[in-house]
Amino acid sequence: MGQEILAVFLAYLKAFAVGGGICLIAQIVINFTDLTAGKILVYFMLAGVVLTAIGVYQPLVEFAGAGATVPISGFGYLLANGAMRGAEKGFFYAVTGSLAAASAGVTAAVVFSFIMALIFKSKTKRN
Amino acid sequence: MKKGNTIFFKNKPRITSFAAICGSKEKEGIIGEYADITLEDDMYEESTFEKAECKMLTNAISLAIEKGSLKEKDIDVLVSGDLLNQIISASFAARDYNFPFLGVYSACSTMSESIMLSAMMVDAGYVKRAVAATGSHFASAERQYRFPLEQGTTRPPQSQWTVTGAGSCVIQSATEGIKISSATMGRVCDFGVTDVNNMGAAMAPAAADTIMQHFKDTGRDPDEYDMVLTGDLGVLGSRIVKDLCWEKGYDISDIHVDCGEIVYKVIENEFQGGSGAGCSAVVLNSYVLSKMRAGLYKRVLFAATGALLSTISSGQGESIPCISHVVELEI
Amino acid sequence: MTGKTKDNYNKNYLNYVKTQDPPTQHLKNCAAAFGVGGLICCIGQFIRFMLEYAGLTGDELAGTTSVILIFIGCLLTGLGLYDRIGRHAGAGSIVPITGFANSVASPAIEFKTEGWIYGMAAKMFTVAGPIIVFGVFSGALVGIIYYFI
Repeated sequence: MGQEILAVFLAYLKAFAVGGGICLIAQIVINFTDLTAGKILVYFMLAGVVLTAIGVYQPLVEFAGAGATVPISGFGYLLANGAMRGAEKGFFYAVTGSLAAASAGVTAAVVFSFIMALIFKSKTKRN
Repeated sequence: MKKGNTIFFKNKPRITSFAAICGSKEKEGIIGEYADITLEDDMYEESTFEKAECKMLTNAISLAIEKGSLKEKDIDVLVSGDLLNQIISASFAARDYNFPFLGVYSACSTMSESIMLSAMMVDAGYVKRAVAATGSHFASAERQYRFPLEQGTTRPPQSQWTVTGAGSCVIQSATEGIKISSATMGRVCDFGVTDVNNMGAAMAPAAADTIMQHFKDTGRDPDEYDMVLTGDLGVLGSRIVKDLCWEKGYDISDIHVDCGEIVYKVIENEFQGGSGAGCSAVVLNSYVLSKMRAGLYKRVLFAATGALLSTISSGQGESIPCISHVVELEI
Repeated sequence: MTGKTKDNYNKNYLNYVKTQDPPTQHLKNCAAAFGVGGLICCIGQFIRFMLEYAGLTGDELAGTTSVILIFIGCLLTGLGLYDRIGRHAGAGSIVPITGFANSVASPAIEFKTEGWIYGMAAKMFTVAGPIIVFGVFSGALVGIIYYFI
């Protein structure tokens, strides 16, 4: 029982450290280059794709769990992983595999955004 | 009469009445007690931010006419502009009136440009009374120039906050009111600043250029003015403009005031102060003109500054050309 | 001023501007990014554990976790809270998948005043569109490369 709790605690700790670490790198990049949010998201997603393709990201996902999959680089991991698995099945699946793997995320973003746009109105802010 | 880039008005047209409307955040600052209308809600009971901006401008114009005990038929022309694409707020505000409308655009320096043009027409005797007006709205400017409001982005430390507000004034030849004795037309200056968040640094050379040109053309010293009022340079830009003038032998550090710097109660660490066309319009048409009318300032140099960029030009990596027009106000 | 001297002047001015720049608060920014980013990932881990407990595995588990996080991101955006978090957290709230959700939902809410089709729907991907474009492109590229080797 004690060991189980320790394992769970360790999983959270790893997720926090790795996820926070990825955000920290992004913040350092922002501080020194003035990149906007859109560009940061693209670069980190591409980094995720490349790191997955060369086989570095998979061990990180196994190590940190959500710490590696929740940041946007995890989205890149999803895309690249889908493509790599598709490539084993044939050329058609090699091309379509990436978006198929990411379809849940994209669909959720579109559907929920649509719903939020139906419900909410844009508000001005004061600070 | 023109000397250098400065026009000296022989009949000295006067600002006889003025009005300002400001948003809820601006209300807490120095202009809160001088503005005629302060908004509780920045939507101003409209459905979109653009409509709210237009309504602010319309009300500011009507109020300035009303405060001068004038009627709509007394006004010969409206000179106005704003920050939105195709200056929609000003044009849409103008459709509510029967008098002619001249749309002008020089970004955040629209207020001084429209006062200058109105004064020229009145001085030459082509029109009897002209109204100069402009305004801006934080939310509409933000969504046009930057990001959607709900997006969680960080603001870099150089950034400024667009003022929600509108100001207008009636200019005519009269015996009472604040004299417009001269105006210096600005040149477009571009020192190669490309950072769209650092407007202060981009605009400061333009402000310094026109202010010094004015001193040169009039042959006056900075001490002869009670105040040099720049538009929206912010904290950083103000420091730069003082440095640039000092370098050329004009010491304006004691008399320089920046609208963007004083418009908010607390300038949070992250921000450089207010910006936008409404910034100089609101501060001038409430605080400064009230103080002038009360006799606290005798001669004020109003130098609103504008950054002439668009989202397309900055997307293509162009630097930011800037302009500043100077109007000399006297009592 | 001729072209050459103007360039020099610009460089001098830009260097001068750099010396006047307000300092970036590196430590505070980075601490906030690390903390908030880590926290969001922990929430993701928590959702993962709960779903695992509910019996989900593999792709279904990973996918459902993202969907729930995206929902949270969209909801906080709609309530106008996400931009408040983002102001302080910086990259800590941009980089997690909730930041992606925020960048899709915010233009959708913002631009619906310009109509449902050309406003809300067309502008929905103004910020997040590039992620899909580069993601799909690079994904397809990786797939093709892996197919041939």
